[in-house]
Amino acid sequence: MWEHYISLAVKAIFVENMALAFFLGMCTFIALSKKMEAAKGLAIAVILVLTITTPINNLLYNLVLREGALSWAGFPNIDLSFLGLLSYIAVIAAIVQIMEMIMDKFFPALYNALGVFLPLITVNCAIMGAALFMVERDYNFGESVVYGFGAGVGWALAIIALAGIREKLKYSDVPEGLRGLGITFITVGLMSLGFMSFSGITL
Amino acid sequence: MAEVTAKKVLFEPIFNNNPITLQIIGICSALAVTTSLQLSIVMAVAVSLVAAFSSFAIALIRSQIPNSVRIIVQMTIIASLVIVVDQVLKAYAYEVSKQLSVFVGLIITNCIVMGRAEAFAMQNSPVMSFLDGIGNGLGYGVVLVFVGFVRELLGSGKLLGVEILPLVNDGGWYVPNGLLLLPPSAFFIIGLMIWGMRTWKKSQVEAPDYKPAAHKVKEAF
Repeated sequence: MWEHYISLAVKAIFVENMALAFFLGMCTFIALSKKMEAAKGLAIAVILVLTITTPINNLLYNLVLREGALSWAGFPNIDLSFLGLLSYIAVIAAIVQIMEMIMDKFFPALYNALGVFLPLITVNCAIMGAALFMVERDYNFGESVVYGFGAGVGWALAIIALAGIREKLKYSDVPEGLRGLGITFITVGLMSLGFMSFSGITL
Repeated sequence: MAEVTAKKVLFEPIFNNNPITLQIIGICSALAVTTSLQLSIVMAVAVSLVAAFSSFAIALIRSQIPNSVRIIVQMTIIASLVIVVDQVLKAYAYEVSKQLSVFVGLIITNCIVMGRAEAFAMQNSPVMSFLDGIGNGLGYGVVLVFVGFVRELLGSGKLLGVEILPLVNDGGWYVPNGLLLLPPSAFFIIGLMIWGMRTWKKSQVEAPDYKPAAHKVKEAF
């Protein structure tokens, strides 16, 4: 039982790293990894949002959208799964908005640190990607909590590592055309190569 | 961009203001679906269409959208269009849609679509916004098709499923480079492509964050 959850988490963090194996959330990953402070804030925000939205989307899918899921309401033949994309993004946008309000009211210090990053999260593909992978792989509620958290930690790990590298990299003499974006891509490529060493692990 | 002309709006994003290599948007899907040329082309067409029609629709109602809920309105329009694309692909090209898996759905969060809606369609007329969507889709498509071309040709010796370089396994001479089918290669190819483009167009080179002080010979003495 526990073993299953732990192996799922390890898989989500290392083997199937959101950023380095599936390229999800790349836009923010590249754009905001220049400074360690920003990267840390974003990393925490992504973990929070993923851990909350993935299970909620899971409930939505299993209780409302899935084929035959509405049988508890007396409609056993309805298949609403084509509405999936629209509902997941709505849930994500709504949760991000609610989290922003709650943080503003009860944790002002946290809000000041993370506030800027929260709206960006809605368009972070990693959040949406986790919801879609969760549906595709048919996770149950418990698994979706673990998967959401694991995927968040994996993404956070990757962006913090990249920010660390880029902070050092700015002191090096990079060829002109490669400066900035180009060298960042190649750095991420090398990191991804490193993370591929986990890919042989079966849990 | 002071003056908005149709030609400029349509062709500017292809090389001069490319969404991927300069604006840093829409990278996620550019990397994931480029293992074969066919997938890249399908993805490029899908993104262009969604970007064009969503920009058009948003520009049509831009003066009616209240500022505070504009993101949700944009999202809803984009998501509806993506659902159409997803259903069409599932109906007519099931194999391709299986291979693209979640990345069709991820067009919703593709920053090109959102970014152009927010930056361009909210201020310009519907027709211009439509052209802007197509133009950015083309800019995205150029990068995608290039990466897909390199990865499929060198990774499996084929283009669109047709054998170009005969593989060693089938009695030919080409040893396929397996790395090109794995995730890291996409990063390297785009990185090198950016290098190439910036060598060609010098104005896109970024300013360095930190410059080493010039070495003075005199101080040594």
